[in-house]
Amino acid sequence: MSLRVNRPMRTLPNRQLWIIGTKSLPTRVSPVGRHGRRVTSIFHATFFLSSLVLISTSLLEPMVTEAEDSCITCHSALEGNLQTPVKVFSTDVHQQRGFSCADCHGGNRNLDDPESAMSRSRGFLGKIARTAVPKLCARCHSDANLIHKFKPQQRVDQFALYQTSIHGKRIAAGDAAAANCVDCHSVHDIREVRDPLSPVHPLRLPETCAHCHADPAHMAKYKLETNQFAEYRRSVHWEALAQRGDLSAPSCASCHGNHGATPPQVSSVAAVCGTCHTLFEELYNRSPHQPVFASMGLGGCVVCHSNHAVKKPSADMLAGANAVCAQCHESTSTGGAAATEMARLISSLDVALARSDEILHRAQHSGMEVSEALLRQQEGREDLVKARVAVHNFRVGQVSKPVNDGLAISSETYGAGESALKERKFRRVGLAFSLLTIVVTMSGLWLAIRSMENKSRGISPGD
Amino acid sequence: MLAGKTKNRIHSWFEERLGLSSVREFIGHKTVPLHSATLWYYFGGITLFLFVIQVLTGVLLLLYYRPTPSEAYESVQFIMTRVQFGWLVRSIHSWSANLMILSAVIHMFSVVFLRAYRRPRELTWLSGILLLGLALGFGFSGYLLPWNTVSYFATKVGTDMAASIPFIGHHLARFLRGGEDVGGATLTRFFGFHVAVLPGLATLLMLLHLALVQKCGISSPPWVENEYRRKNARIPQMPFFPNFFLRELMAWYAALGVLGCLAALFPWELGEKADPFASAPAGIRPEWYFLAPFYTLKLIPSHVGFIEGELLGLVAFAVLALVWVALPFWATDYEGLDRARLVTGAGVLLLAYLVTFSILGYWR
Repeated sequence: MSLRVNRPMRTLPNRQLWIIGTKSLPTRVSPVGRHGRRVTSIFHATFFLSSLVLISTSLLEPMVTEAEDSCITCHSALEGNLQTPVKVFSTDVHQQRGFSCADCHGGNRNLDDPESAMSRSRGFLGKIARTAVPKLCARCHSDANLIHKFKPQQRVDQFALYQTSIHGKRIAAGDAAAANCVDCHSVHDIREVRDPLSPVHPLRLPETCAHCHADPAHMAKYKLETNQFAEYRRSVHWEALAQRGDLSAPSCASCHGNHGATPPQVSSVAAVCGTCHTLFEELYNRSPHQPVFASMGLGGCVVCHSNHAVKKPSADMLAGANAVCAQCHESTSTGGAAATEMARLISSLDVALARSDEILHRAQHSGMEVSEALLRQQEGREDLVKARVAVHNFRVGQVSKPVNDGLAISSETYGAGESALKERKFRRVGLAFSLLTIVVTMSGLWLAIRSMENKSRGISPGD
Repeated sequence: MLAGKTKNRIHSWFEERLGLSSVREFIGHKTVPLHSATLWYYFGGITLFLFVIQVLTGVLLLLYYRPTPSEAYESVQFIMTRVQFGWLVRSIHSWSANLMILSAVIHMFSVVFLRAYRRPRELTWLSGILLLGLALGFGFSGYLLPWNTVSYFATKVGTDMAASIPFIGHHLARFLRGGEDVGGATLTRFFGFHVAVLPGLATLLMLLHLALVQKCGISSPPWVENEYRRKNARIPQMPFFPNFFLRELMAWYAALGVLGCLAALFPWELGEKADPFASAPAGIRPEWYFLAPFYTLKLIPSHVGFIEGELLGLVAFAVLALVWVALPFWATDYEGLDRARLVTGAGVLLLAYLVTFSILGYWR
C-alpha cells in the first residue's frame, strides 16, 4: 500500500499524453470526399485501439507504480542503516509533496533490478558527500519556479546566504565537519519549520545548534567555546522561549542568522540587539558610552548584559556590590554617582508602586471597588519601564522624568487605596450601628409582643 | 382636647372615604395557626419583603444604569465608586436577589413538607411555582446587566441551552438574544424583561397568590389537624394583627441585618468588562441557583445513544419540572388520601439533588 503513497504524480501523465496524441490522429485526417468511408473506418479503428490502450493502461497502473518505487520496495526489505531512511521517509515533507529517493540520489526508481536502478550510467549518486549536500538541496531550493509551485511565499536565497556563512565557507573549503543543510534540518525526515517536531522549530532550534556547538570534541578543531547553550539557558530569552512558550523570543538564529549564520562583529552587536530592542539601541547610540565603547573596541550591549546569558535587568546592575557600572566607574566619580542616582530613582518608583499595589489589593480583597486605581497603576508601571529604558541614555535627567511621573501616579493610587480602606472602615462602623439599631428594634418588638400577649392572657409584668 | 378633636376629625374624614373600620375589622378577625411548625410561615413574608427591597433598590439603580454594551459596565462602575451609597444599593440589590430566591425555595419546600399544597390550595401552589420561575427569570436577566465577562459568557451558555430545544430552540434563542449571538440587542431585551415585563407579571401573580392565601386560609399540617381532631379541640390561633405581623416584622429586620452584613462585608463584585471577541474564561459558571442543572448537563455525555446529551438533559428537566408543578394533582390517590410518603420522598430527593449538585457544581 505504501507504494501507492510514494507514487510520483508527475510521471504518470506522460503515457497518457501519448495516448491523447494517438486519439488526436483522426482530427488530422479529413473525413470528407471520396475517401470518406475509408476515413470513417480508420477513425473507428483508431478510437477502438485508443480505448483499448487507455483501459489496459489503467489496469496496468499498479504494476507501473510498483516499478517506479523500487527504491522503497528494496530498502524496506533491507536492515539497519539501509532501511532507516525508508522507515522515516513517510514523515518527510518532500515525500508528502511527491518527491522520492531518486530525486536526490539519482538512479531509476522504475526499474526492479537493483543493478540497473542504481546504475551510475542512470545518474545514480548513492550516498551524497557532506560537502555536496548544500548544492544538491539548492538544485531545487534555489529554483523559484519549482519552489513557488509548492509555497508561493517561500524564500529561495538559502543557498546564497549559506555561502556567506561560516558554515558555508568551510564546506566550500572542503571541511566536511562543518554544518550543512541536513545537520540542522535532519535528513529523510525533514519537516516544515512550523512543525514542532522539526529540529529547526523555534522551540527546538537552540538544542539543534547546541548539538555541535556544545560538543567540545566537535568544536576543538575550531577553537570555539562550548558554553553558549548552557549560558543561553540561563538567559531571559530562554525563559521567554522555553518557559513561556513565546515563539517570537530570540534564540540562536535571531542574532546570528540562520542560513547566513555568522558571529556578529563587535561593531554590530548594538544593531543586532536593536532589531528587537529598537528604543534601547536608539538611546544607546545617543549616549556618552557609544563613542567610548566603540573607540575601545567593545561591543555595546554585551558589555553590561553579556551575550548568551542575558539576565533579567534590575537596579542592582547600576549600583551595589554586583553593579556592572562599578566595573568601570568609581562610586565617587561622576559616572558612579550618576549610576547610583539612577538606581535610587528606579528603586524608589519600584517600591512606591509595590506599596500602592499592596494597599489596593488589600482593599480589593475586602470587596472594595478599586479597578480604576489598578488601571492607573498600569500607567505607573509603564513609567517604570520607560525609566528603565531611559537608563540606556546614561543621563540622570532622562531617568528622573518618567520616575517623577510614575511617583505622582503611585501617590495617587496609594491615596485611592487609603480612601478605599477608610471607606471599608466606615462601612463596617456603619454596619455595626445598623446592626445595633436592628437588634434594639427587634428586642423592642419582642418586648412589645410579650407585653401585649401577657396582657391579653391577663398576666401582669410583676407575675 | 383640641388635639383629640383634630384626630377624630381626620379619622372621620378618612373613614368616610376609605371605610377603614371594615379593613380593621377584617384584619382583626384574621388568624394564623399556632403550632410547632409556625416558624416556616414566615418565609413567604420574608420573600415578599425581599421583593420589595428589590423593587426599591432597582428603582434607585435605574437612576444611573445605562443598558448599552458600551455604557452598562461603566455605569455600574460609576454607581459603585462615585454615587453616594451606590455600592450599598447595588450590593443590597444583588444580595437580596439571591436571598429572595433562597427564601422562595425554602418557602416552597416548607409548603411541600407541611402539605400546604393540598385541596383546595392547588392554585396557590401553581401561582407560587410560577412566581419562583419568575424569580429565576429575574436572576437570569439581571445577571447580564452589569455586562461583565462572567455574566456575558454565562448568558451565552444559557441561551445556547435554549437553542438546543428541538423545533423552537433556534427561534427561542433568537428571541432571547435579539439576534444570532449575545450582544447589544440581548442586553436591551434582558433589561426590558428585568425592569418591565417580569416585575409586571410578578406583581400580578403575587397579588393573585396573596388573594388565594387569603381566600383559602393558612394551612396546618395534617398531623397537627389530626392531633387536635383526636382531642376534639380547635388548633390554637394567633391573631394576624398585631401578633403575627409584629413577629413577621422581626423576621424582616433579621433579613435586613443579614443583607446589611453581606453588603458591607462582601460587596457584590463587578468583575471585568465583557469582551465579546475574547474566548470564554476558564471555570465559567452560572449563579448558584442554576448550578445543579448546569452541573448535571456537564456530566451527561455528548451523546446518549442517538440523542444529543444536552437535549436529553433538558427534556429530563422539563419532564421533572412538569411533574413537580403538578404535585398537588398526584399527591393524593383516587380516594383523596394523601400520598404522604411519596411526596416526602420526592421532596427529600429533590432537595438532596439540588444541594449535592450545587455544591459539586461550585467546587468542580
